[in-house]
Amino acid sequence: MKLMEGFGKYFLMLTIVFRAPEKMSIFRKRLFEELEQIGINSIPLVALMSSFIGGVIALQTASNMSNPLLPTYTVGYITQSSTILEFSPTIISLILAGKVGSNIASEIGTMRVTEQIDALEIMGVNSLNFLVLPKVTAAVLFFPILVIFSMGLSLVGGWIALVLSDLSSTETYIYGIRYYFEMSNVWYALTKCVVFGFIIVTISSFYGYYVKGGSLEVGRSSTQAVVSSSVAILVANFLLTQMILLS
Amino acid sequence: MIEVKHVNKSFGKTQVLKDISATFEKGKVNLIIGQSGHGKTVLAKCIVGLHEVESGEILFNGRDFCKMNRVERTSIRQEIGMLFQGSALFDSMTVEENVMFPLLMFKKMTKKEMHTRVNFCLERVNLTGRNSLFPSECSGGMQKRIGIARAIAMNPKYLFCDEPNSGLDPKTAILIDTLIREITYEYQITTVAITHDMNSVMEIGDNILFIHNGNNWWTGNKNNIISTENPEVTSFVYASEFMKEIKDSIIEKNKNK
Repeated sequence: MKLMEGFGKYFLMLTIVFRAPEKMSIFRKRLFEELEQIGINSIPLVALMSSFIGGVIALQTASNMSNPLLPTYTVGYITQSSTILEFSPTIISLILAGKVGSNIASEIGTMRVTEQIDALEIMGVNSLNFLVLPKVTAAVLFFPILVIFSMGLSLVGGWIALVLSDLSSTETYIYGIRYYFEMSNVWYALTKCVVFGFIIVTISSFYGYYVKGGSLEVGRSSTQAVVSSSVAILVANFLLTQMILLS
Repeated sequence: MIEVKHVNKSFGKTQVLKDISATFEKGKVNLIIGQSGHGKTVLAKCIVGLHEVESGEILFNGRDFCKMNRVERTSIRQEIGMLFQGSALFDSMTVEENVMFPLLMFKKMTKKEMHTRVNFCLERVNLTGRNSLFPSECSGGMQKRIGIARAIAMNPKYLFCDEPNSGLDPKTAILIDTLIREITYEYQITTVAITHDMNSVMEIGDNILFIHNGNNWWTGNKNNIISTENPEVTSFVYASEFMKEIKDSIIEKNKNK
């Protein structure tokens, strides 16, 4: 019952969020701030995670390629497909759910308990629209950029790891990456990350906006936001895979 | 003027406001006093629309706020300024940006006009030249004054203050009280302030509403609150020994006259 109530409240929140901004110039300013907060500030984490995990994927694949019947370029092919299909859109989104989601929930939650949201409402500002819409827009715009960046860096990470370990040559690895490369997989990955960005920001904002109590509850809501966003990403990932790849 | 008529409000099974009626006059400081948890803040939040009332009317110069749609409420809210208990300043903005925020959102003014207005408001609360500070760099008293500057930036017709001098030293508290009174008289604002502070009650209480158990228990002003025989009011006002001594000395003085 409580879960259904929560869903209802979440969808009602979305109807208030997605209204025309009261003042476009302020929305634009807030959007650029959020692009920096959600997007640019996530680049170092995404870069670090992508290059190391790309390297690990390549090394693990290479270490399991003992069968002489398998062509040597398989390492590049598997690194490319696992990176594009799953690692970059899904795992990076799960990591961003932790970084971005907790940040959003605690920021909005603190604004709620310190009455800053009440102050906005009393001024006549649609606080949900003012606070959440720039965040959602920034996430939906910047997540694909982060994911493309992640794809590139994990492939580079894989190449460095293989060359340094002398497990494959540059030519073979690049041939493997290009072998059976399907552009539709990249579109599938980008579609997923747009949906995941939307999920992370709206769920985290929901937990932050409706928090009641003090700092302890803000902390709890931040944790709940990360857990719920992660679960929602996993469910959405399954559904999107069914709908896009298997249709 | 704000009129509250037969307002009821419950949270779950607990009825917090019970058929409250009150009038808050223009150009006067109207205080709401009472013990913690008896409904003062809930009443104020109902008046400004942060809580929806179950029944009753809230009239802003005769316009019923409860029956208004979103657009009408937004326009009324632009006539309201509010000073929050914890100041509720936007952490990420400087003092200037905080005061300028409502102007940016709702007024069609040039940058220069906005700066002039912000500087005027900051000067009015004795914070000239503090424009570039962040709220975290300001003391509690300064934060309250920034809150007042932000509240008056839009030239409000109604000013709400939720415990304006809580957590402040006596000297700063008097400063804030004086500021609220001056602004109220100068701009003929309808000011509604919630307070526990008996100093404030005696200093600025033009009209006083005492709420007890969610009821409108007593109404009066700073002159007749001293002499009232209402047991709940006297037990609240004279809760401390110091206040009891003051009361005795006043009564003694009056007898000698």
